[in-house]
Amino acid sequence: MNNMNKESNYKTTAAIQASLKKRHAAERRFQWYGRSAVLTGFIFLCILMVDIVGKGSPAFTQHFIKVDVIFDRETLGIHASATPADIAQADYSAAIKSSLRTMFPDVSTRVGKKSLYRLISVGAQYSLRDMVVENPALIGTTREIWLLAHSEAGSYLKNQVSKDSPESERKIKDIQIKWLETLREEGRTESRFNRSFFTSGDSREPEMAGIKAALYGSFYTLLVTFLLAFPIGVMAAVYLEEFAPRNRLTDLIEININNLAAVPSIVFGLLGLAVFINFFELPRSAPLVGGIVLALITLPTIIITSRAAIGAVSPSIYQAAMGVGASKLQTVVHHVLPVAMPGILTGSIIGMAQALGETAPLLMIGMVAFIMDVPSGVTDPATVLPVQIFLWADSPERGFTEKTSAAIMVLMGFLIIMNALAVFLRKRFELK
Amino acid sequence: MQGLKKMNIFAAEAKQKSVPNEETNPSHVDARLDIRHHGDVTDYQTIGSPFVDDAKMSARNVDVFYAEKQAIIDVSLDIGRNEVLAMIGPSGCGKSTFLRSLNRMNDIIPICKVSGQITLDNVNIYENDQDTVLLRARVGMVFQKPNPFPKSIYENVAYGPRIHGLAHTKAEMDEIVEHSLIRAGLFDEVKDQLDKPGTGLSGGQQQRLCIARAIAVSPEVILMDEPCSALDPIASAKIEELIDELKEKFTIAMVTHSMQQAARVSQRTAYFHLGKLIEVGDTKDIFTIPRHQLTENYITGRFG
Ligand SMILES: Nc1ncnc2c1ncn2[C@@H]1O[C@H](COP(=O)(O)OP(=O)(O)OP(=O)(O)O)[C@@H](O)[C@H]1O
Ligand SMILES: [Mg+2]
Repeated sequence: MNNMNKESNYKTTAAIQASLKKRHAAERRFQWYGRSAVLTGFIFLCILMVDIVGKGSPAFTQHFIKVDVIFDRETLGIHASATPADIAQADYSAAIKSSLRTMFPDVSTRVGKKSLYRLISVGAQYSLRDMVVENPALIGTTREIWLLAHSEAGSYLKNQVSKDSPESERKIKDIQIKWLETLREEGRTESRFNRSFFTSGDSREPEMAGIKAALYGSFYTLLVTFLLAFPIGVMAAVYLEEFAPRNRLTDLIEININNLAAVPSIVFGLLGLAVFINFFELPRSAPLVGGIVLALITLPTIIITSRAAIGAVSPSIYQAAMGVGASKLQTVVHHVLPVAMPGILTGSIIGMAQALGETAPLLMIGMVAFIMDVPSGVTDPATVLPVQIFLWADSPERGFTEKTSAAIMVLMGFLIIMNALAVFLRKRFELK
Repeated sequence: MQGLKKMNIFAAEAKQKSVPNEETNPSHVDARLDIRHHGDVTDYQTIGSPFVDDAKMSARNVDVFYAEKQAIIDVSLDIGRNEVLAMIGPSGCGKSTFLRSLNRMNDIIPICKVSGQITLDNVNIYENDQDTVLLRARVGMVFQKPNPFPKSIYENVAYGPRIHGLAHTKAEMDEIVEHSLIRAGLFDEVKDQLDKPGTGLSGGQQQRLCIARAIAVSPEVILMDEPCSALDPIASAKIEELIDELKEKFTIAMVTHSMQQAARVSQRTAYFHLGKLIEVGDTKDIFTIPRHQLTENYITGRFG
């Protein structure tokens, strides 16, 4: 008996040893598959990031040109008796032009002058105006002032255009390059951080275009989305998971929620257009409607992930809570939801991130309009970051190419912030 | 409400006596009882004394089903006021199931159906107008597997009193928490870390935390499902001491796999086998002169 046992023990050991090598090899192989999968994903991510950051980072600087601006009363058209309103309406563009002509006196042809004026952004006149309105004493003097360069000139100064390429293939002309080189030698050009990218709205001129309006638009839209989708989604999930009876009707609802998650988002855009704008007559292009439409798109995601998170809560927690006499609602609110909250938050953040990047449905409800002003509420016309990216990507000027990538960087920054928030909230809930 | 509860606790001054069951001849019972045919409900009868004079809770003809499977078969049993009833029996015989049906914890298992009658102070707890919230506050429970809330130790104990509004000030709450932890024999170990998560304690400490949580709401009946299964002998002794103390005020039904424990703390013992209640009686009788062959096999270690 004892002997037999011993023998079979030896047999087992031998059998295991024979298979050990194979098992370990299988495990190693599996690990390598996993590693290569992770590596592939990581490489693609890196390529994407390097490409976007490489293209987008020049957009965060812009070039200024120092011009000796002559604040001549006559050119500006400001009389001695001018009121502040008159000063604000004076012709600062003319002042810039005449100052440029003074700096480059040999330019005489009409075409030559036009090229010369195109060194400076058309937006420069407004900064001059602001300066004079603030300090009328400038009138009649000549000052050295840094003026924003035109986007083509800026592009050349950023070394994005090669001098050696044929003139016909670039927008910047040989003569302009000569002037710019002169200015550079005289120390009259300077690269600065592009603040206006974050402080102004969209513009026809690439050097003046900023994302503030789109940022605010996205913020208001997502605010509406969150305020609608999160409470409705979580409550629907709690009800369906905890309280609803299991019958045909709830099965049907469940199937429909799953189907809704797969409906193309543009269909929701059409629905928003038909229902909220045409029927309820809510304002077109507004974050309010955009937010409602995006809430409809994210609701299924939030409901499905929240239900999964609630369903994963251990039954022992229910027993513990009900065992001390907690009612069903108390059990859910005090114990189940806090435990499920990390999962619910993850789902909601995924939904919100999806909403943040959504473009198609917003085009349907008119958020694609060209909007320069920063919206000040949810009913003002607005655009959102992805639509802004879409608009800029569609523009022919090369100045917008870098803006597109820069806006993508900002969008990704937003996503990172949202995810960090989710991680932070998760940590908070897990501590409790 | 509060007054009623006090009355319930103190009214039962008189010590109850067990009434001998009319079925007293064990040899006859043995012949009739074939546990392998437990689907046939009518041909077995509990022997011993399942009924007492002054019952706090009583079960009559209770059947419990999990979907098609019958886990408890026609069990009738009284739990006397201020007594400790021990339930023993081999694994899977339905002790936990029966215990859970005493405070309707089976309600939260969707496939579980309970039939028959279970009364608490002569009121059927399965009557429609009975609120499970009140019932479970009066009949507390300590589960087989420790299941502290994933919250702080303090919060674990304070939760019950809080939702039932038993403490009006922070000081009162602190008092309840401290008192409950002391009685569960856990206070000295955790008094400096009351704000640490209860799930971070050892298994035995968690179990004592769950006991503290159950007694914090001062229930009238406490159901304990193997409260000492995860405890070392010293902690077990503390819990047994606690049970002994608690029975002055409360009624206790406990499941245990330790025969010694049942003998030490309980007044009456019930032996379950495959869903049937085989024998009930005074603990010392069960352990010294078991009348049923199955009971004898089990307690002498020949079976189970
Ligand atoms: N939730 C459930 N669903 C289905 N069947 C169950 C469930 N809980 C218990 N059962 C069944 O009911 C029977 C009795 O189980 P129970 O847990 O009451 O046994 P027990 O006497 O407490 O055993 P142990 O001593 O191992 O804890 C078992 O056959 C078990 O398979
Ligand atoms: Mg059990």
